[in-house]
Amino acid sequence: MKGREAVPPLAFGLAVLLIWEAATRAFQIPAVILPAPSAIAMRLAASLPTLGADFVQTIRGVLAGYLIGNAAGLLVAILIDRSPFLRRGLLPLGNLVSALPIIGVAPIMVMWFGFDWPSKAAVVVVMTFFPMLVNASVGLASAGAIERDLMKTYGAGYRQTLFKLRLPNALPFVFNALKINTTLAMIGAIVAEFFGTPTVGMGFRISTEVGHLAIDMVWATIVVAAVSGSLFYALVAGLERRATFWHASYRAK
Amino acid sequence: MPVIPMTRDRILPLLTVLAALFIVWYVAAALMNSTLQRDMFANAGDKTYTTVELITSSLNMERPKLPAPHQIAAELYKLIVVTDPTSKRSLVYHAGITLEETLIGFVAGAVLGVLLAIFVVAVPWLERSLMPWIVASQTVPIIALAPMIVVILNQFDIGGLAPKAVIAAYLSFFPITVGMAKGLRAPEPLQLDLMRTYNATSGQVLRKLRAPASLPFLFASLKVGAAAALVGAVVAEVTKSEDGGLGARLLAGSYYGQTVQIWAALFTAAALSGALVALVDFVGRSVLKRRGFAA
Repeated sequence: MKGREAVPPLAFGLAVLLIWEAATRAFQIPAVILPAPSAIAMRLAASLPTLGADFVQTIRGVLAGYLIGNAAGLLVAILIDRSPFLRRGLLPLGNLVSALPIIGVAPIMVMWFGFDWPSKAAVVVVMTFFPMLVNASVGLASAGAIERDLMKTYGAGYRQTLFKLRLPNALPFVFNALKINTTLAMIGAIVAEFFGTPTVGMGFRISTEVGHLAIDMVWATIVVAAVSGSLFYALVAGLERRATFWHASYRAK
Repeated sequence: MPVIPMTRDRILPLLTVLAALFIVWYVAAALMNSTLQRDMFANAGDKTYTTVELITSSLNMERPKLPAPHQIAAELYKLIVVTDPTSKRSLVYHAGITLEETLIGFVAGAVLGVLLAIFVVAVPWLERSLMPWIVASQTVPIIALAPMIVVILNQFDIGGLAPKAVIAAYLSFFPITVGMAKGLRAPEPLQLDLMRTYNATSGQVLRKLRAPASLPFLFASLKVGAAAALVGAVVAEVTKSEDGGLGARLLAGSYYGQTVQIWAALFTAAALSGALVALVDFVGRSVLKRRGFAA
């Protein structure tokens, strides 16, 4: 989004905040139900050290799991790509698993890997693996017959075809999975913290502060989660733009 | 996702992969549980056990690290078939609670999502100002709001199913709104121009062009929404576990280290989600076929 296009949504967001602020004051809505945006901002500013520690704790699990899950998904996609038999067997399974409430493995991972961030990373690995597997597999198969034939006439081997044609060609699909997985990774890590953590982390903060009815602190944590989730997504989308600038969806602009 | 018909040359690979998964699971279960089982033998003073004994006991522990598939199957059989479905131990009882919340939430989320999408596409300034926020919401872990919604609704004395259905609804709401808005904007300028030359009102354009054109997008997003609604219901049950549901079973299992119970609840949730998505998929395919979309 550039320049003029960004004005209406920003104005709209600002208007919502103003109405929210005015409504909480005018109707004297109790802070345990809906704190005013200004109260949330003040809480946010006052609790920066706590929120920062929570962020670091959670993002550690998110990033570790995201890297491992995506790398494993991509690697398995490349491996099974050589065997149409395995592809036909694994892809429907991957599609099915992508639609399941994988988040439920959180209590199991907490038992296996303990309360600290590795168990959160494990949940994220399981959640991100299948979308990457399915997307990368479809992407690797997407190179056209003409391009493959061309590589054959060049006398290119499997590796050369993989690195020079099929992997670059699969990039838009891979990035699609990478983008979907940013959100899944955040969700996985935060929800896994509902099942047990050391006393730090965004999911932990939300579930305990809700118990204390400190709703302003909950909102402050949600703001941090929302901003970091969007930034994570924006980062990957930016990388995509740089890596697949040749793709039709960017070329037109 | 490409639609792949289930034919013979797909079933064999799928069965092979499943069989391999089964074997890997058993090996993993034996390996992961054997250390624990060895300790148990040592504590019992038993030093004469054979490898076979170690493996069979590892696969039949009461609280294994990883339960073997037959243990999960036995637990599922016990809690679904044998136990009285009205009993609080029955998984049918808990799955029923989760399903009810999911369905109420899904239907509410779908209706609201479709209405908002129509509204947003009909009012240009909303499309420019509100739509970017709805799209951006897709990148935010909105599920983090779940515990707070439960507490806030509690302040208004709204308990029972409602808070969990609300969470299921708002999780399915966003993907459905985005998908439907995309679908309503799917008609090409040429087709819109044709409607204009017919002097069609915007209501007619919606009914005769935009709505039919949006169907494939609608059903694709309904599938995502159905799965999201179930996740919402399960996570909401974790944060509000006193009145049951599959999420509450997950939490109870993790409190008491009842791994077999966790896996049984997990499999039930997976089956529920799979069935729900398959149902939406089936309805979608038959509607699209009737409307003449290529399968």
